[in-house]
Amino acid sequence: MTTIELRGLTKRYGPDTVVDDVSFTVGPGQVTGFLGPNGAGKSTTMKMIMGLAAPTHGSVTIGGRRYRDLPVPLTTVGALLDAGAVHGGRTARDHLLALALSNGLPRCRVDEVLARTGLGGVAGKRAGGFSLGMRQRLGIAATLLGDPQALIFDEPVNGLDPEGIRWIRDLMRSLAREGRSVLVSSHLMSEMAQSADHLVVIGRGRVIADTGMSEFLRANGEGTVLVRTREPGAFALRLTAAGAAVREGLESSLVVSGMSSDDIGALAAFHGVALSELTPQRASLEDAFMDLTRDSVQYQGVAA
Amino acid sequence: MSAPATAPTVRFADTLHAEWVKLRSLRSTWSTLACLFGVGLGVTALAMSSAGTDYAEATAADRAAWDPTNLSLTTYIVAQLIIGVLGILIVTSEYATGLMQTSLMATPRRSRLLAAKVTVAAAVAVVAGQLLMLMSFLLGQAMLSAQDVPSASLGDPGVLAAVGGGGLYLTAIALLAAGLGTIMRATAGALATLVGIVFLVPALAGLFPSWLQGLVDVWPTRGAAAVFATVPDPEFPHPWLNLGGMCLGVVAVLVAAFVVFRRRDV
Repeated sequence: MTTIELRGLTKRYGPDTVVDDVSFTVGPGQVTGFLGPNGAGKSTTMKMIMGLAAPTHGSVTIGGRRYRDLPVPLTTVGALLDAGAVHGGRTARDHLLALALSNGLPRCRVDEVLARTGLGGVAGKRAGGFSLGMRQRLGIAATLLGDPQALIFDEPVNGLDPEGIRWIRDLMRSLAREGRSVLVSSHLMSEMAQSADHLVVIGRGRVIADTGMSEFLRANGEGTVLVRTREPGAFALRLTAAGAAVREGLESSLVVSGMSSDDIGALAAFHGVALSELTPQRASLEDAFMDLTRDSVQYQGVAA
Repeated sequence: MSAPATAPTVRFADTLHAEWVKLRSLRSTWSTLACLFGVGLGVTALAMSSAGTDYAEATAADRAAWDPTNLSLTTYIVAQLIIGVLGILIVTSEYATGLMQTSLMATPRRSRLLAAKVTVAAAVAVVAGQLLMLMSFLLGQAMLSAQDVPSASLGDPGVLAAVGGGGLYLTAIALLAAGLGTIMRATAGALATLVGIVFLVPALAGLFPSWLQGLVDVWPTRGAAAVFATVPDPEFPHPWLNLGGMCLGVVAVLVAAFVVFRRRDV
């Protein structure tokens, strides 16, 4: 079991404190989402975990050791911080081969990770000709080389098409299911809601929430449910009687809060009301995130 | 998934092997080497083609100082720049592409990574440098004897020392370049500095105050290049000491490179 532990991690560049006393733990068997607006300090924190940047204060350990003290780093942690960090003149296979050799890993691992990331067909092509999605896959292939127990991905779905996003999401879920510790950063709440089990929210370099995803959803996500029926007026009365708050939405729909979609469906069935739509509104998650980070957004546009 | 059978720790040979794969898998490595030999031997051929007329017009004193070995090796002036590019690119190509992050995540012990890079650079440069000097000597002597001008053979006194010393000189320049690349982290800056060191400073050396003349004695293209001669230059009577002095300077640059490479964030 490899746990990543951050303790009081601080990074200053001159007068700017980019990461300010950040402490959290990335545990095995789950995906930990690292969420924050642009410029919140996510990437700097990840660089400090990987020993690329030296913390001003504090410490990071991976399975109890500093990154640079790991005997065979790639077998402990695999990290994708920047999908562009390959030499465009080198083929995918040579890129991975050099990385595998540098950690004394067997050559067969190269073809195994190429196959797992679906790059087998382009292994002999130069990485410079790869699309962003293929570069992401190549970066992920590199993280899997050493079959590590901890994985770190910085904004892995940025710029990907829906198919690529789904593939990465499924991969992260399956890596966590295999018992690994997975840390993934994003600035999109909706992305986290679909892939993370645990959530660490950071703003202006400080941790502003460190909570299980289900608790976060319970606290912030039970916003509203969109309901459509032929008799909105009558059903609205029944919903109110059952303790929900109801207001009128667009096109004679009902926006229900204080009651889950399960309960609304059961209530409709009980009263024999035909529903044509019953949709939980996830948008409130983004709202919750915006509320949480409003004070800590570094670059804020003025509302038009 | 089963854990791969891995050694419990990484050996320096692994890091070295990885750096070699990185170097050999880039087309730019091979084109730079091709350029080194193409331009290097081309310059020798051009310089030697007029040697017959030069010798015919030379005075008796010039003929006494006639050094066919040195003539055939003057191509080092251009070759040092090309082999320098090779040394620079070993480090700066990783900064330009961002690959340095990936490399340091795989090999977080930074001195080990840079040591592997420097070792690979030295190995390639010593082979390429020695080979170029030998081929340039043989080509030059063949052209000289074809023009019925006094030429040298490898067995003549001082010839092997000049050819071998020339290869070492080029290796030292490649390592200097790798050190500059590490310190500058950019190809253009490192190359400009190298050009300044091997071309500009020697050209301006006459303007320097006398207390800097000691530096001129060990400077590339100046004192250190005395090793290419078989007829002793009265200004630099002990060429190996001059070359040794330049190597000490290269070591100093490499030490600085290791220090900054260990300290800087990537």
